[in-house]
Amino acid sequence: MPAVSKGDGMRGLAVFISDIRNCKSKEAEIKRINKELANIRSKFKGDKALDGYSKKKYVCKLLFIFLLGHDIDFGHMEAVNLLSSNRYTEKQIGYLFISVLVNSNSELIRLINNGIKNDLASRNPTFMNLALHCIANVGSREMAEAFTADIPKILVAGDTMDSVKQSAALCLLRLNRTSPDLVPMGEWTSRVVHLLNDQHLGVVTAATSLITTLAQKNPEEFKTSVSLAVSRLSRIVTSASTDLQDYTYYFVPAPWLSVKLLRLLQCYPPPEEGAVRGRLTECLETILNKAQEPPKSKKVQHSNAKNAVLFEAISLIIHHDSEPNLLVRACNQLGQFLQHRETNLRYLALESMCTLASSEFSHEAVKTHIETVINALKTERDVSVRQRAVDLLYAMCDRSNAQQIVAEMLNYLETADYSIREEIVLKVAILAEKYAVDYTWYVDTILNLIRIAGDYVSEEVWYRVIQIVINRDDVQGYSAKTVFEALQAPACHENLVKVGGYILGEFGNLIAGDPRSSPLIQFNLLHSKFHLCSVPTRALLLSTYIKFVNLFPEIKATIQDVLRSDSQLRNADVELQQRAVEYLRLSCIASTDILATVLEEMPPFPERESSILTKLKKKKGPGKVPDMEETKKERNSDMNGSTEPVSVNSSAVTMSTPSSSTDLLGLGLAPVLNSVAPASAGGSLLVDVFSDNSPAVASLAPSAEENFSSPRIGSTDVVSDDPAAAVHDADELVNKFVCKNNGVLFENQLMQIGLKSEFRQNLGRMYIFYGNKTSTQFLSFSTAVICQDALKTQLNIQTKQVDPAVDGGAQVQQILNIECVSDFVEAPILNIQFRYGGALQNMSVKLPVTLNKFFQPTEMTSQDFFQRWKQLSIPQQEVQKIFKAKHPMDTEVTKAKIIGFGVALLDMVDPNPSNFTGAGVIHTKNIQVGCLLRLEPNTQAQMYRLTLRTSRETVSQRLCELLSEQF
Amino acid sequence: MVNKQGQTRLSKYFEHVEIHKRTSLEADVIKSCLSRTKGECSFVEYKDFKLVYRQYAALFIVIGVDEAENELAVYELVHNFVEVLDKYFSRVVTSQIMFNLDKVHIILDEMILNGHIVETNKSRILAPLLVIDKMAES
Repeated sequence: MPAVSKGDGMRGLAVFISDIRNCKSKEAEIKRINKELANIRSKFKGDKALDGYSKKKYVCKLLFIFLLGHDIDFGHMEAVNLLSSNRYTEKQIGYLFISVLVNSNSELIRLINNGIKNDLASRNPTFMNLALHCIANVGSREMAEAFTADIPKILVAGDTMDSVKQSAALCLLRLNRTSPDLVPMGEWTSRVVHLLNDQHLGVVTAATSLITTLAQKNPEEFKTSVSLAVSRLSRIVTSASTDLQDYTYYFVPAPWLSVKLLRLLQCYPPPEEGAVRGRLTECLETILNKAQEPPKSKKVQHSNAKNAVLFEAISLIIHHDSEPNLLVRACNQLGQFLQHRETNLRYLALESMCTLASSEFSHEAVKTHIETVINALKTERDVSVRQRAVDLLYAMCDRSNAQQIVAEMLNYLETADYSIREEIVLKVAILAEKYAVDYTWYVDTILNLIRIAGDYVSEEVWYRVIQIVINRDDVQGYSAKTVFEALQAPACHENLVKVGGYILGEFGNLIAGDPRSSPLIQFNLLHSKFHLCSVPTRALLLSTYIKFVNLFPEIKATIQDVLRSDSQLRNADVELQQRAVEYLRLSCIASTDILATVLEEMPPFPERESSILTKLKKKKGPGKVPDMEETKKERNSDMNGSTEPVSVNSSAVTMSTPSSSTDLLGLGLAPVLNSVAPASAGGSLLVDVFSDNSPAVASLAPSAEENFSSPRIGSTDVVSDDPAAAVHDADELVNKFVCKNNGVLFENQLMQIGLKSEFRQNLGRMYIFYGNKTSTQFLSFSTAVICQDALKTQLNIQTKQVDPAVDGGAQVQQILNIECVSDFVEAPILNIQFRYGGALQNMSVKLPVTLNKFFQPTEMTSQDFFQRWKQLSIPQQEVQKIFKAKHPMDTEVTKAKIIGFGVALLDMVDPNPSNFTGAGVIHTKNIQVGCLLRLEPNTQAQMYRLTLRTSRETVSQRLCELLSEQF
Repeated sequence: MVNKQGQTRLSKYFEHVEIHKRTSLEADVIKSCLSRTKGECSFVEYKDFKLVYRQYAALFIVIGVDEAENELAVYELVHNFVEVLDKYFSRVVTSQIMFNLDKVHIILDEMILNGHIVETNKSRILAPLLVIDKMAES
């Protein structure tokens, strides 16, 4: 090795560098540099031709100046001239200057290209290498245009020196990166792939980089590289460390090449061909085995190089995600690293395990390391390692460990680094929501988040908790109680005031019964925070106050006093002032009914993807939120764009917009608010098509197509095979009318049958409307009501025949008089016959005359109810059914259905307020049957339990059947 | 390559970065590495990429890599580079790097081109440089 002395070959350079190092100030440094630049410039411009040594010295000085961050605006031409020198050292310094200082859009490129062209053609490998390095470093488009044709040739030519091949491969890679359109794929591609078989490992290394990049863009074209890469890898992995001589690094055979080959294989799915696949599995197993062998050297370089290969192998195993055995082994290996004394290994193990957690094969195996990971969160000194631990906990979280993980994250949050707090808050919020079985836990968790890290709780998080509380009535009372308690803290975060204000405004009434949280106490508690809050929070609190006016009329005066105070009515902030003025007027003028409408409880929010998740994704960049993404994918459709949370105080906003302020006090406001209510809530239940008492079928317009089929005279009676001829006896039709008396019973292309009925004691009257939907007259129209078998004696139905002709578009009415003689199960059948276009139409539908229609509601006290309940304790008298909810479990809808069923809905009878109780008497001509019912919803399980007790077994049975179909 | 005072001693860019942005980028990168203690790991997330750094006495070598890069492989590549410098300069010190920027650049070009490894074998890396030295002697 030549003894390279401290640059005494270049004294001037040494002096200059030490001058710079001795400069006391930036100004002095700049001054010294400018002096030197002037000196060099004059030397370059001078008449005297510089010798090679001087040129080199000056270029070195310029490189140093450039390194210090000063632009160099001269010397380029001199450098270009050096390219044409025949002396290697001069040429080299010219290329060096250009590589470092010339950027890709320099005007000199054409001149440089000329130099490069000559050197590439020189067939002198050292010159060629210099030229190729220059292209790889500068890589401009003009260079690509000039050389894309030549470089592949050089790369695959048989007589090219190895070192030139290496440079050419990476040069091509550079051109492909800057000007992919100019690099043609062609016959050379297959020959490039075969470089993987090259004897020289340096060539293989460079080629692997090139192929990996190209394969990412054109996987099909480079598919053959897979088997070659596998066999190359296999040869390396199984070789003794001495076989590869110069490419063995601290007893690890060709670690960098192994890593590159493993990375290339990650461009492809697992090899299809069995032999290749087997060989690859063998390689991966060998790599995993080697990790368990005693190290061949104590040097850290040895283990680092070995582990570099191991981690890349694990990446490939995870990428393939197809060999459960390998995945679990990888997980165990990483598990060992989690406790390694090297911080680097712990960091990388946490990172790899994070991706491993999303594989179904290894998710469980990853979960076994939960304690270690939690421990890492507590004890790691390095924030980036802790960050990885948080990521991993998030990725391994599922229903089984959510409570533990969320608790640990909350714990950690108390001391977490500020830089990662917001992210942890988002993660906790997402996990708490995703895995909440018990929503009280969810509410507690979010309130804890606000308490611990209120500043890092973004709007998305507290919007979300409100959306969830509003949508889940089982948690509303609990939430009100919990926020009320949390607000007792002398100093609480403003976000808590927001959540508290909102929730109490909506559900404060649920805890107002407790004297410790009476309306006035709630109000005073909130108002004590008011003055410490920012304008948006105060605005929200004002809305809470007006909601209180509705919820708690007893404190109306107190609230009005507050609104009336100068600090509100004359607040400098226009939003607050406007709210105060409007709310005050609203509370003074509007009647309680109007108040109740305007300030109604917020309707449920539409279900949509949590905006928190979106926020986390934005924060982490795409692809970094592993686990959750898959599960949400199905709902992808509304992922983008619609993720803004619904403005939580939309009622307040509506009221405060200037445009609506004029009719604020009128009724005009109510519909605005009501329109927020979801259309789905009521379902079809309360839709009354006959509500205006006019025949609803009038709206049926004759449809045009019917005009074509004019009656064909002479065609004889043909009983149509139309499916309509079948009895429409599906119980659905009957079930639809169990809790209501009016509606459309049946409809097809030809006709619509509407119903309107009323019942009193054991008697009923049913109006049937037959609407002809066609433009053609129905002929021989006749109907019959048939009571089959036992029903004949149980029901007595009388009717008059209708007119046998029903004009196109017209409607006829038929009245049935019904008498219930005794209790019954089956429904009567309505049969209709008529001729349409010569064909005989025949159809039958079940008439919704059901036993419950003969209910008379009975009001009774709690005491009476349970006394009678006990009296009906013979097993046959009780029928119970447990069933799954078919519709959203909405309290109001349920109440309406029970009333529609015919019984009296008994309030405050059941000790559990979420249960429903009802009582009524079935009237028949022969007997009257008293009936008690109890419906117990379980919103968590989405189930109901319905119990009926009557004195007659058959009645209990039938009523239970009917009612259980309604929810 | 940076010393403990945060002065850049060698820089090599594989993507074009404007000169005036380089100084602030380098200062920023150095700051995030210098502030770390020995017990902390050698990988730092920095904006969209990752920094892998290794310390040799007062000198830090920092490499910015993308998400897909194998951190440990890069970490050892740094060491390989230092060993090559060591071999050439027979125990390298910072001032030698400063006085021989041209040679260090040649070594770097022989090892890494366009951000990818060209050669890891020490003798082959140094071969062209030895040719130059021989020519200079004659």
